[in-house]
Amino acid sequence: MATKASRSAARTMMTPAVILLLGWMLVPLIMTLWFSFTKYLPLRGDSIQRGLEWVGFANYSRFLSSSAFWPSVQTTLIMVGGVLLITVVLGVLLAMLLDQPMWGQGVVRILIIAPFFVMPTVSALVWKNMMMDPVNGIFAHLWRFFGAEPVAWLQDASLSSVVTIVSWQWLPFATLILLTAIQSLDSEQLEAAEMDGALVIKRFWFIVLPHLARAITIVILIQTIFLLSIFAEIFVTTGGAFGTRTLTYLIFQRVIDSQNIGLGSAGGVYAIILANIVAIFLMRIVGKNLDA
Amino acid sequence: MGQIELKQVTKSFGTTQVIPPLDLIIQDGEFTVFVGPSGCGKSTLLRLIAGLEDITTGHIEIDGKGATDVVPAKRGLAMVFQSYALYPHMSVRKNIAFPLRMAKLDKAEITKRVEGAASVLNLTDYLDRRPGQLSGGQRQRVAIGRAIVREPAAFLFDEPLSNLDAALRVGMRLEISELHKRLETTMVYVTHDQVEAMTMADKIVVLNAGVIEQEGTPLELYRSPRNTFVAGFIGSPKMNLITGPEAEKQNAHTIGVRPEHIDVVESGGQWQGTVGVAEHLGSDTFFHIHNTGLAEMLTVRAIGDVSLRHGDAIHLNPRAAEIHRFDAQGLRIS
Repeated sequence: MATKASRSAARTMMTPAVILLLGWMLVPLIMTLWFSFTKYLPLRGDSIQRGLEWVGFANYSRFLSSSAFWPSVQTTLIMVGGVLLITVVLGVLLAMLLDQPMWGQGVVRILIIAPFFVMPTVSALVWKNMMMDPVNGIFAHLWRFFGAEPVAWLQDASLSSVVTIVSWQWLPFATLILLTAIQSLDSEQLEAAEMDGALVIKRFWFIVLPHLARAITIVILIQTIFLLSIFAEIFVTTGGAFGTRTLTYLIFQRVIDSQNIGLGSAGGVYAIILANIVAIFLMRIVGKNLDA
Repeated sequence: MGQIELKQVTKSFGTTQVIPPLDLIIQDGEFTVFVGPSGCGKSTLLRLIAGLEDITTGHIEIDGKGATDVVPAKRGLAMVFQSYALYPHMSVRKNIAFPLRMAKLDKAEITKRVEGAASVLNLTDYLDRRPGQLSGGQRQRVAIGRAIVREPAAFLFDEPLSNLDAALRVGMRLEISELHKRLETTMVYVTHDQVEAMTMADKIVVLNAGVIEQEGTPLELYRSPRNTFVAGFIGSPKMNLITGPEAEKQNAHTIGVRPEHIDVVESGGQWQGTVGVAEHLGSDTFFHIHNTGLAEMLTVRAIGDVSLRHGDAIHLNPRAAEIHRFDAQGLRIS
């Protein structure tokens, strides 16, 4: 039991961390909000020292009315949704496979987890040059071996290519979480279901999948947070061309390519709103799995 | 209907044979208990009957039909597991209905059977709860409910009471016995607890290292154990097994006498000794006796609360008619 003294000591000791975290979060947030209401074009001589011109909601309406905005939201949702679908489905299958006793289990598990340790920039470069290159890529060789015309993946199937790359990176994470969940399933439950006449598919559907529901929820929530901000994979592969410009990437282009910090900040605020909508939506759908 | 017959059944895990060739017939309607120390293969034997493990060689017949290669679900058996193995994400109703849903029965029939089972087992008020909200005894009843709705040819119980506290265990023991009397279905019950075996069984099968040491009614096993293993296993407290000169006097390698068959006398008994630990239960008193001149410590049961204490001298007289004699191989000499 915590005494009064130990509680106040705990509070005192936590204070620096809390203040640091708040500052870490609040300073960029407030600056973004401030910039989003100003005209801030560094190349035209605008700077914080000389004072920024207050323009009200002009940046917001301009960002929203840009022809690139809605497609970028759509791309973002397709990308996040696609990666979630692939990683969860394959993750469940891989987790069940890895749960089987087999020779060299430890090594196989480490190999499966390996992609997660590769930096996004590096993995995107490897995929771009080694796998998906239309002349020298492994896929191109494979296609030619079967007499087919190699596909220029990052041009003709750009969005699905990026989804593939990102899925490859996040699959280990999903597999790992789902594997630990599957290992906690009581084998007597499966045997009981077997006695009750449930065949393999039904045992999966009625016993394994409900058991995994909570782990799947966690995978979806955590991955969504990170997937909404995918950047390196797009920057390295397509540079936002061929319909792979997500909201994050659009903001980057506004700030860096067009050197319009005010407009980019307004886009950032939209991104925060979008992330929260997605979060609320997800919590509604899957959140009920989290209460025991 | 529910006669189970095992013919020359063996089971090996890798190169270790856990069940050497074994023959056993479980009659229709019989309550058979497999009992033995842990690791004796009794659970494995049950799982072989259920089909959860494949037998290595031999045959299993259920109601005269070969069941060796039949999948568990098609054997017409229902099993109650030690951990209950309820489906945690389903309500009690759905748990009990699960085997019926898998058998694709129509809704009305499922509802009828589930409610029938629930009323038999006093679960009607709990049908919409999740297993996590139930007590141990209620979970046990749900597991039994899930077994009875299928109207199986036989029930298999794998140590179903070992997760319950002592008081609840006695209650559930009675309930399972009553259920058996009412349904008159074959039941095979695995336990390591010889009290459960003695109180519930029509027939006890005593197993040791995968081998059937003896099968018979509880009283047959109590009155004439076939060897020293069964003698020591059946009965509580354990039978005193005495070797050495005292046994040779009776022309045996080992003699066995149950604690309840030794009388405490005032003086001049056949054996004398000092009382070690005395366990006073009120109705009975168990004495552990040392310094009798025998190699083994003796256990004696006296009726009522006998007021002998630690260190007191005691005089004992075994009842001659109740002495079991065994040869050097441990087999009974009749």
